[in-house]
Amino acid sequence: MSIKIALAGNPNCGKTTMFNELTGSTQYVGNWPGVTVEKKEGKLKGHKDVIITDLPGIYSLSPYTMEEVISRNYLLHEAPDAIINLIDGTNLERNLYLTTQLLEIGLPMVVAVNMMDLVRKNGDKIDMKKLSNQLGCPIVETSALKGQGVKEVAEMAISAAKEKKAISAVSFSAEIEKVLAEINSTFAGKFSKGNQKWYAVKLFERDEKILEELKFSESDKKQLHTIVAAVEDELEDDSESIITNERYNWIGHAIKGCYVKKKQKMTTSDKIDRIVTSRILGLPIFVVVMSLVYIVAVSTVGSLVTDFTNDTLFGEWIQPGAESLLVAVGAQDWLVSLVVSGIIGGVGAILGFVPQMIVLFLLLSVLEDCGYMARVAFIMDRIFRKFGLSGKSFIPMLIGSGCGVPGIMATRTIENEKDRRMTIITTTFIPCGAKMPIIALIMGAAFGTEMSTWWVTPIFYFMGVVCIVIAGIILKKTKWFAGDPAPFVMELPQYHVPFWKNVGFHTWERAKSFIIKAGTIIFLSSVVVWFLSSFGWVDGKFVGYISDEFMDDSILAKIGNGIAWIFGPLGFGTWQATVGTIMGLVAKENVISTFGVLFGLGGEIGEDDAGLWNQFAIMLPHIHQQIAFLAFNLLCAPCFAAIGAIRREMNSLKWTSFALVFQTVFAYLIALMINQFGALLTGGGFGVGTVAAFLILIVMVYLLVRPDPNKRKLNTVAAANL
Amino acid sequence: MKTLRDVKCGETAVVAKLQGEGALKRRIMDMGITKDVEIFVRKMAPLGDPIEITVRGYELSIRKSEAENILVK
Repeated sequence: MSIKIALAGNPNCGKTTMFNELTGSTQYVGNWPGVTVEKKEGKLKGHKDVIITDLPGIYSLSPYTMEEVISRNYLLHEAPDAIINLIDGTNLERNLYLTTQLLEIGLPMVVAVNMMDLVRKNGDKIDMKKLSNQLGCPIVETSALKGQGVKEVAEMAISAAKEKKAISAVSFSAEIEKVLAEINSTFAGKFSKGNQKWYAVKLFERDEKILEELKFSESDKKQLHTIVAAVEDELEDDSESIITNERYNWIGHAIKGCYVKKKQKMTTSDKIDRIVTSRILGLPIFVVVMSLVYIVAVSTVGSLVTDFTNDTLFGEWIQPGAESLLVAVGAQDWLVSLVVSGIIGGVGAILGFVPQMIVLFLLLSVLEDCGYMARVAFIMDRIFRKFGLSGKSFIPMLIGSGCGVPGIMATRTIENEKDRRMTIITTTFIPCGAKMPIIALIMGAAFGTEMSTWWVTPIFYFMGVVCIVIAGIILKKTKWFAGDPAPFVMELPQYHVPFWKNVGFHTWERAKSFIIKAGTIIFLSSVVVWFLSSFGWVDGKFVGYISDEFMDDSILAKIGNGIAWIFGPLGFGTWQATVGTIMGLVAKENVISTFGVLFGLGGEIGEDDAGLWNQFAIMLPHIHQQIAFLAFNLLCAPCFAAIGAIRREMNSLKWTSFALVFQTVFAYLIALMINQFGALLTGGGFGVGTVAAFLILIVMVYLLVRPDPNKRKLNTVAAANL
Repeated sequence: MKTLRDVKCGETAVVAKLQGEGALKRRIMDMGITKDVEIFVRKMAPLGDPIEITVRGYELSIRKSEAENILVK
């Protein structure tokens, strides 16, 4: 029979390191069902039948954050055989707070006091025997970083699981214990004996989620309220706060006799922090660090490896190699095309991003591991929370200017789920590297301006930022993203030198899960688009496979013709522009080669080719049409690779669809306004489209400036408390 | 009454009472800011908000708007 062990603890207590030490390379990384929170599982080293589940890093088991709810549901309903509670020995008081809550669940538990090497170095003293007596469960000293005590923890957890020794919770003051007993006897039939204390405490706290789980009727709630309110009135505090105070009071008592903290003057971490987040140097250092991340991940190493895999490895070696191989064995044209362009091209699109992603994740892991990531949020919070994003949203956007795929994956570091979703949705508004050729084409066709002109790139980044702000403010006021701004009561962990094994693990895990999860969607979509663009009619007769020089006979061209009217109000309702936009979904730079083929100039044409500019200007003669085409292609659903990343990160079909629909509709409306107002200003006359554009503008401005409908609730709550 | 927002950088204050309710209050308390605990205000972020405090031996950042809910002696 297999044994399930859950690993629980605060963030920054060394849990990741411990998990890696326990499981080695057997880990499986996924998501908890339906949410963006990461779930990790692995087999205990040397024990095939012991499965360790890494719970999210949490401070408490409150009903208010996704991570905490996931953790407590797992512990309560999946009932692992034992819990390993990892606590940071250098931060004993706050870490024990979670311990007091875990004990109430009643599962066999082992406490591992981690970072013992640091505790000793600091000169602090913890009497483990006494503490173990106080907690009523075994304690092991560990230093996961040095691999010390890891084996012992695992063995103790296994024997605890086998013995099934029930653990008793810590006791609160007599007054509270009395009311908990009363709750127990009143609602005895509603829950099992094993978790008695847990349910009694949660009922006392009036935990909504538990009331729902236990199917409390209105009269039950009333009865409960009478019991709780009496105590609340007496102690002049709400029940949740009473329990929290009780816990910290208990901890204060418990550690009095067994913990001596040496008075510290100033640690190295303090000294670093004094400079790194100081008022004067904080921002310049931030700019330097971010520039370094950008330069390494995006413009030098990152693009070098991506260009190499895309252009050289796939473009020059694998694709031509496979082609000559297939031709040599006498394969049919369509088969060659399917394998070379469809499959290898599609798979290459995923793999091409992997090296860059590894570079990026390495950097992000280092930033996270050394403690600077929390400071990024600390420094940027003031700006980003204004439009409903997190301070940590800055990094995905910075990375997104290179490539949206790693940009979306970088949202991993944002804890709050709403902030995270919103960042995922808006990140690709920043033009990525592959959108630069489209910008170059339009700038050339519209103004004859070379891409290298100094103001071109910055102006499009700026427009991307403006769109993010607009979308952020609008989304924040909808019911899906509304609610209390995520509290920014955030731990700023001690700085330390990154642990390379951790960083390596992290990086590989993330890259691997991207390849596997996002790979399928990219692969399938590429094959579908390949089929549509390479099968078609010649002279009114369906001939099956046609090579890509005849794309204008393809099924895709027919579809383009059929749906081009959709883009009519945007000024580019031609089938070529439509096909270009669809091909842009495979990869944005495809837009250029598609036009090359459709204009009869060949697919190898560059975006700075004056002939291509001319042809494009003939197709869409007005500047406002051209800019509208550009705006739509920059803002609409990103390429399949990025859509795959969105799917991977959202971990929900509903939210992925929401993101894509929102992006596309937003792009459509912006492009429509550009085209219609442009036409009006250049003497195009006033029509139905102009009216629509004005209506859209009015609605958008309203959505931007309207008072937050969900804010009122907050204010009344605040008022009630005054 | 004086709140944590009014405490200057480099000063220490003792928590008297916590205002508000629900998620924010719970979060503040979960992080160890409870009655009678000592809070040292370390610094302000470069843009003036949030602030960094030391509580129960570790560092915590908190927005000024959130610090207003913490009454101090």
